[in-house]
Amino acid sequence: MNLEGLEMIVVLFIIVAFVKALEQLGLLEVGNGDKIEDELEMTMVCHRPEGLEQLEAQTNFSKRELQVLYRGFKNECPSGVVNEETFKQIYSQFFPHGDASMYAHYLFNAFDTTQTGSVKFEDFVTALSILLRGTVHEKLRWTFNLYDINKDGYINKEEMIDIVKAIYDMMGKYTYPVLKDDTPRQHVDVFFQKMDKNKDGVVTLDEFLESCQEDDNIMRSLQLFENVM
Amino acid sequence: MAAGVAAWLPFARAAAIGWMPVANCPMPLAPADKNKRQDELIILNVSGRRFQTWRTTLERYPDTLLGSTEKEFFFNEDTKEYFFDRDPEVFRCVLNFYRTGKLHYPRYECISAYDDELAFYGILPEIIGDCCYEEYKDRKRENAERLMDDNDSENNQESLPSLSFRQTMWRAFENPHTSTLALVFYYVTGFFIAVSVITNVVETVPCGTVPGNKELPCGERYAVAFFCLDTACVMIFTVEYLLRLFAAPSRYRFIRSVMSIIDVVAIMPYYIGLVMTDNEDVSGAFVTLRVFRVFRIFKFSRHSQGLRILGYTLKSCASELGFLLFSLTMAIIIFATVMFYAEKGSSASKFTSIPASFWYTIVTMTTLGYGDMVPKTIAGKIFGSICSLSGVLVIALPVPVIVSNFSRIYHQNQRADKRRAQKKARLARIRVAKTGSSNAYLHSKRNGLLNEALEMTGSPEDEHMTKTTSLIESQHHHLLHCLEKTTGLSYLVDDPLLSVRTSTIKNHEFIDEQMFEQNCMESSMQNYPSTRSPSLSSHQGLTTSCCSRRSKKTTHLPNSNLPATRLRSMQELSTIHIQGSEQPSLTTSRSSLNLKADDGLRPNCKGSQITTAIISIPTPPALTPEGESRPPPCSPGPTTNIPPIGSNIVKVSAL
Repeated sequence: MNLEGLEMIVVLFIIVAFVKALEQLGLLEVGNGDKIEDELEMTMVCHRPEGLEQLEAQTNFSKRELQVLYRGFKNECPSGVVNEETFKQIYSQFFPHGDASMYAHYLFNAFDTTQTGSVKFEDFVTALSILLRGTVHEKLRWTFNLYDINKDGYINKEEMIDIVKAIYDMMGKYTYPVLKDDTPRQHVDVFFQKMDKNKDGVVTLDEFLESCQEDDNIMRSLQLFENVM
Repeated sequence: MAAGVAAWLPFARAAAIGWMPVANCPMPLAPADKNKRQDELIILNVSGRRFQTWRTTLERYPDTLLGSTEKEFFFNEDTKEYFFDRDPEVFRCVLNFYRTGKLHYPRYECISAYDDELAFYGILPEIIGDCCYEEYKDRKRENAERLMDDNDSENNQESLPSLSFRQTMWRAFENPHTSTLALVFYYVTGFFIAVSVITNVVETVPCGTVPGNKELPCGERYAVAFFCLDTACVMIFTVEYLLRLFAAPSRYRFIRSVMSIIDVVAIMPYYIGLVMTDNEDVSGAFVTLRVFRVFRIFKFSRHSQGLRILGYTLKSCASELGFLLFSLTMAIIIFATVMFYAEKGSSASKFTSIPASFWYTIVTMTTLGYGDMVPKTIAGKIFGSICSLSGVLVIALPVPVIVSNFSRIYHQNQRADKRRAQKKARLARIRVAKTGSSNAYLHSKRNGLLNEALEMTGSPEDEHMTKTTSLIESQHHHLLHCLEKTTGLSYLVDDPLLSVRTSTIKNHEFIDEQMFEQNCMESSMQNYPSTRSPSLSSHQGLTTSCCSRRSKKTTHLPNSNLPATRLRSMQELSTIHIQGSEQPSLTTSRSSLNLKADDGLRPNCKGSQITTAIISIPTPPALTPEGESRPPPCSPGPTTNIPPIGSNIVKVSAL
């Protein structure tokens, strides 16, 4: 009969409303309740670098230089680590006319030696120490590491083309002469001719070191970095 | 380049090592550190409160007082500090601007005092950060309005420049306080609106009986009197409407406005009634028309600002009202259905159909509870109580939203659009400033000022060419220069004049392509003749490309072996190009290393030396030395007030 059916509906309705009210009041646990804590953790990532003496010992910088470096670092990245996005943003500001994001990406991978996805101040300063105050050998090795995108110990043509293209992208579109599509490729061909001694299509670290040390231009350019700091 | 990022310049320059092995050309020499000062603390004494900061912090913005040599005027030799006799509270904000790159506006500060301080320190208010800009603009606008009101009240005593009769009339209508006549008119119309409304109301009141025991409304008893009153009112309204129509500056717009529609609707029934009195078929419709006479009451909204705002609020809260209506409808239908089926069983139930239940539901949900329909079954009563409880909730929910909307709109109802337009203009201004800064390098090239090897070329031109240098700027330029060398390309300096002279097309991409084509055609001709522009400064010619292309080129001046036609065509091309640019961009790399390779090419370009000020963000072009070289925005298009140079080359980086 209608009435009974309706009464049952009423009863069901009241039960459901009761359960919902209890849930709202927190007396009844129905779903999963562990969502909130995860978010809190993520926001609190903060990293403090090792002590000044340790860093001074590990790198070739003086205390004062480390102080200056850290001030700039902390200003831009208060949390103490740089992630790739911030890295790209910072780097792009030096090249407003072009697109520096790809080169910044390769740089980031080169800086991030532990492949964690974030660069701490120690990594940053270690890399800078090599680049600015290291021996020629160390610098060239670091550069080889930068070019070797997949870190397999060999630079092949595709990796070089990617890098060179990234460098060209930094110039932007409005250049003279106009950047043609195969300019990077030609550039890479020239480079490979110079570097690849045994013509096996890849450049190893030794080939790289050897060819660079033979080239006067490169040697002179490397000395440019003496007075950067 | 933003302030904080300047500290990362060593990193950027170190990262350039990746370009070195790839480059085919030798790199330009690095800028030497002539006076390598250790970063020193300087003390700023502002009315007794001492602030300390690094010197380099202040030098980030070289076109302000603190960043330039202007602060030396305030240097106190005895105490070795810079003394400013200004407000220390505002100085806090100013100094924070140097530190963080963002200028904030404190709420407690008076707007004109703040403006004065900013003007003293040479900082443009436009660079106030987004967080504080709205507040600043609001306060500024209030101040401006206050000033304007003061001015107006002064002006009101004087006689204004002769407006036409029509304009005076319109002014009188819109603003009754301008003259006594307007005020009189205002009150008279108000009075007649009131009379008309009261007449309509009183017309229907029963006014005593007529023999025959019939109650007559006053309207029929004193028909003539009421008719005369009505006629008088309508005549006044008609005259007023016609006068307004005559005086309106834009008649079409006036006719479409809400107030005029209300006027028309208010007086139409009378005229229609005049026309139709003899036709009995439509007398029913005629009676309905009289209802529209009540719209005269809306004419009061001209007299009351609050009414207008209420109307505007309702219009803007349309979505909330719609939501209210929709949810109510849903609830009504649900509960009506439920009640109908619940009461179906009981005898003599008033719930004869679902639509009949609508009435019960509405009355219950709005907690009116007339009691003409009540449920009798238990289920019906339960559902009825649920219905009334939910009714309270459903109606109570959107109401506060509407109320808060009203109060918000009451305070800001006209400002929203103005603010939007201002924001557009402001963004455009900021874009101008930003593009100015990021073009510093291009400017330096165009003006033929590139600093190279200070020790190498210690010529006396140094001093007069040197603009305010900072090491950071020269290092940044050196970095960009290295990139050019590595890739063998060079930055193309667009010129605003190009757009004017070469074509009328506003699309600058196209123009750049035109120039590119010219460039490509000329790629085998490297030189631009030094003879061409003796009037220009010693730097001319397009930037040469790097050595990989240089090898293809001949190393002689164009006057010599070229065939005449070629020369002429090249001259034509060059002339077009040179006409297009006031100063063609510069040949680069003048270090002695390169001079050996191509000393024949650029005899004039030795030893020029440029230093520029990096125009850090945000400096509008007007304040910088390079400002003159950039002509005022030339494209006549109304679309933008950004100089085309900015829109072309620069990818505005995040700052």
